[in-house]
Amino acid sequence: MGKAMANSDTRPKSFQEIILRLQNYWAEQGCAILQPYDMEVGAGTFHPATTLRSLGSQPWAAAYVQPSRRPTDGRYGENPNRLQHYYQYQVLIKPSPPDLQDMYLGSLEAIGIDMDLHDIRFVEDDWESPTLGAWGLGWEVWCDGMEVSQFTYFQQVGGYDCHPVSGELTYGLERLAMYILGVDHVMDMPFNDPGAPIPLTYGDVFKQTEEEYARWNFDVANTDVLLKQFEEAEVECKTILDQAYIDPKTGKRIVMVHPAYDQCIKASHLFNLLDARGVISVTERQAYIGRVRNLAKLCADAFVQTRAGGWTDEDAA
Amino acid sequence: MPDLLIELFSEEIPARMQRRAADDLKKLVTDGLVEAGLTYAGAAALSTPRRLTLAVEGLLATSPDTREERKGPKVGAPDKAIEGFLRGAGVSRDQLEERDTPKGPVYFALIEKKGRPAADIVAEVLEGAIRNFPWPKSMRWGTGSLRWVRPLHSILCILSDEAGANVVPLEVDGIIAGDTTEGHRFMSPGRIAVINFADYEAKLKAAKVILSPDERADHIWAEAQNAAFAQGLQIVEDKGLLAEVAGLVEWPVVLMGDIADEFIPLPPEVLQTSMREHQKFFSVRNPKSGLIEKFVTVANRDTADHGATILAGNQKVLSARLADAKFFWENDLRVAEAGGAPWLESLSNVTFHNKLGTQGERIERITQLASAIAPSIGADADLTAKAARWAKADLSSEMVYEFPELQGLMGKYYAAPAGYPVEVANAAVEHYSPLGPTDDVPSAPVSVAVALADKLDTLTGFWAIDEKPTGSKDPFALRRAALGVIRLVLDNYLRIALDQLFDSQLLRHEIELNENGTVRKALLQDLDNEIAQHGVFGAAIRTVLDHFDGDLSKRLEEVKKSLPDTSQDLLGFFHDRLKVYLRDKGVRHDVIDACLAMPGNDDLTLLVKRAEALTAFLATNDGENLLQGVKRSSNILAQSEENDGVEYSYGADVKFAEADEEKALFAALDTAEAAIKPAMEAEDFAAAMHAMADLRAPIDAFFDAVQINTDSQVVRRNRLNLLSRIRMICAGVADLSRIEG
Repeated sequence: MGKAMANSDTRPKSFQEIILRLQNYWAEQGCAILQPYDMEVGAGTFHPATTLRSLGSQPWAAAYVQPSRRPTDGRYGENPNRLQHYYQYQVLIKPSPPDLQDMYLGSLEAIGIDMDLHDIRFVEDDWESPTLGAWGLGWEVWCDGMEVSQFTYFQQVGGYDCHPVSGELTYGLERLAMYILGVDHVMDMPFNDPGAPIPLTYGDVFKQTEEEYARWNFDVANTDVLLKQFEEAEVECKTILDQAYIDPKTGKRIVMVHPAYDQCIKASHLFNLLDARGVISVTERQAYIGRVRNLAKLCADAFVQTRAGGWTDEDAA
Repeated sequence: MPDLLIELFSEEIPARMQRRAADDLKKLVTDGLVEAGLTYAGAAALSTPRRLTLAVEGLLATSPDTREERKGPKVGAPDKAIEGFLRGAGVSRDQLEERDTPKGPVYFALIEKKGRPAADIVAEVLEGAIRNFPWPKSMRWGTGSLRWVRPLHSILCILSDEAGANVVPLEVDGIIAGDTTEGHRFMSPGRIAVINFADYEAKLKAAKVILSPDERADHIWAEAQNAAFAQGLQIVEDKGLLAEVAGLVEWPVVLMGDIADEFIPLPPEVLQTSMREHQKFFSVRNPKSGLIEKFVTVANRDTADHGATILAGNQKVLSARLADAKFFWENDLRVAEAGGAPWLESLSNVTFHNKLGTQGERIERITQLASAIAPSIGADADLTAKAARWAKADLSSEMVYEFPELQGLMGKYYAAPAGYPVEVANAAVEHYSPLGPTDDVPSAPVSVAVALADKLDTLTGFWAIDEKPTGSKDPFALRRAALGVIRLVLDNYLRIALDQLFDSQLLRHEIELNENGTVRKALLQDLDNEIAQHGVFGAAIRTVLDHFDGDLSKRLEEVKKSLPDTSQDLLGFFHDRLKVYLRDKGVRHDVIDACLAMPGNDDLTLLVKRAEALTAFLATNDGENLLQGVKRSSNILAQSEENDGVEYSYGADVKFAEADEEKALFAALDTAEAAIKPAMEAEDFAAAMHAMADLRAPIDAFFDAVQINTDSQVVRRNRLNLLSRIRMICAGVADLSRIEG
């Protein structure tokens, strides 16, 4: 009983406190706490700290918040659980440590879930990203019947076998926080401490933007422009990767993976926008996904030619 | 004799794979042991979400010694040959023995193998099993290269007897086998050492793990029923869900919770599906109202608050899920109440198959065919057309988008709000039936008409684009569709000429496949009229195409040529399915062939009636003997016709009859004919065959007393013509020449 009460005292009070606790927890576990990637992405996996860093032999451990956008999920801020812009918390550790499950369970305790009172389950869920040419095996993690995270052992990314294998954890932050904070509508969730001089809810921060983006995503975005931008991003990505590895100006070996990958991310998001506008037919869908996958594959090819991707001077010889 | 205990302990194994994996482990290990000479008394495989366990009882402590004699090259053979033999046999030259044989002295090697201790064999076999395990999907983890369904953490492998337990020395990719395991992840952390299976099972139970999946399932089912019974409720049985849930927990704790009042009016199937698919909950029904009022969830642990927190959490998640379902239901109702037009419109944009057009076009074709079928099976044509148009409307509904397995059922619920009568509502759900060989067959005429049209449209469509089932490949479930048609026809005693239905629907497909839209409408119109008049496809299409004299596209010419064959081929497919269906019901294949050879074989009800009568007839003594008599006369007749180069079909005349038996046969044939003709007209095959059976004695007597071949050509010809009468009379009933024996 004492434990339960102590626990209720240590329960987080706000959305941001849950994020801060996750940051602290994973920092303590030795992860580099990175910042969100500065581009529109559909999920935390698109951050190069996950996609590209899961490739090659170099060890890696990173955690970060990633704002994510899914234009088709926009509901003008009215649906209690659905948003076109939301946050994911992402952890990627390579090679996957043998006690990753325990580390993960520790993070749930850190954000106020009492392991003695709740029912945590690992339920089969294989992960596949057709746009990234990636797949892995793992689970969705259930807390009292609610999915609170995705847990994946990456097997392939960009068409490459992952060696060593990365362990990836993804927390859907709004849903997880709503559960912990006992909130039924996302817009009612305290963003900062409700006792702060200026308490802000999630709705104070995001209700208006959800409306604005929903209207733009569904009805206003200029599809001709989007289509043109998609084509341009695709061309630019390929052009960048077509450059010789040796930079003629500096004489250095510079493979421009990240600039090219930015274009791949851009194309992927543009595709999502076009999809939300309803201008992509069922048959075209597959073709667009194939084109983005092709870019991701080209970036993966290039990444393994860089030092971060495991390339060494001996490879050059 | 030692017992062997193996446990492979890993991160959570998908529920659906556990049982199969435990069986595979048992098979791989026991097969390997037996192959190495280690026999055993019994073996059992068990599983939990985190472990596969194999217990083998009464294993030999060592494999038996073996002696094998192998014959080698001749004495004096080249050294190379002898060395090769030594290598192969694994012996040295001084161990060879010379023996005299009829072909001269030959070397023999005696290969003796000492038995090996069980531990060595087990280690080898288990490592092989782990490395070659047939997981449906497997993965690597960390820096290793071993593949398992999820990371493998430990291997327990011990051989135990009265003296104690010994760990089998084994290492697989850095995992060293030991004698320890782990209990429940949350309720009993830490490692446990065990000495044998009984000890292992007991210690696991103390550590909050029920090892046997059956025991967990039984426990869940019993607890769930108790909880429901105590409140006068009952659990909706779901064996698949029970097995799955038993694979998600090591320590099942059954909790029953409430469904908020606002969701209870949702259709029970919606509640059930949402709870099962998303939450893996059992539904709890109030037997008085038939409504689903509560749910049962199975947690993986005990808690200090007796599951109150867990239940509250689950209830909250369920409310969010059901709020979605309610939202879909209410949105759908709004569309339905306005007539559902947007659903039908949107189906015009959904591709059914890239060659066979959209769902909208498909619905239109099905409607036309169903309307054509309706009058012949006693269904109201107008209602049938409405039902056919509505039957697939729910494919556009939000509920079916979310839960595809509710297709048809939602159409039934939405029919009344859309202003349709009960016949249309029932057809929405029933037109998919029968789905399997034991599924119920609808009997309401409107449902039957739509069900037939739906299946026939699918079959003729895939026949038209030449996508027929081959071997084990039947991606569009066409065999099931054909069996569905067969069961719909037979169970409802329908009298329909399938041929005509094939032809008209094939033509609808072919015309749609032909992109010439202007020809299309005019053709369809004419075609419907012509088929109604002529009934026969060939004649109909010729008449129709004649209207387009000189202006026919090449494609239509092809249609003209190819169609009748396609239709015949499809009928053959139906006959094959019918044979399989009837064989399962005990009808002999030769009996079916004898009936298939008769005209009207696209009328399945007639066909089966005939086959059943023939089966009953052949089971009687008279039937069997008559068959011999008929065959005998047919053979004689066929031979004579071949020799003489004529067909004996000119009426025999009693005035040329000589023997009494001959005259008696004339009389018997007259009597039989008089009885058979009206019986056949009334399709009373049993009566016809009964009359035929009366011919047995006169035919037997005739053959006993009369020689066909005589010097008088007139008498001979008359007798052959008499035989021809027998053939003709009997051929009206079935083609008896196809009956074996």
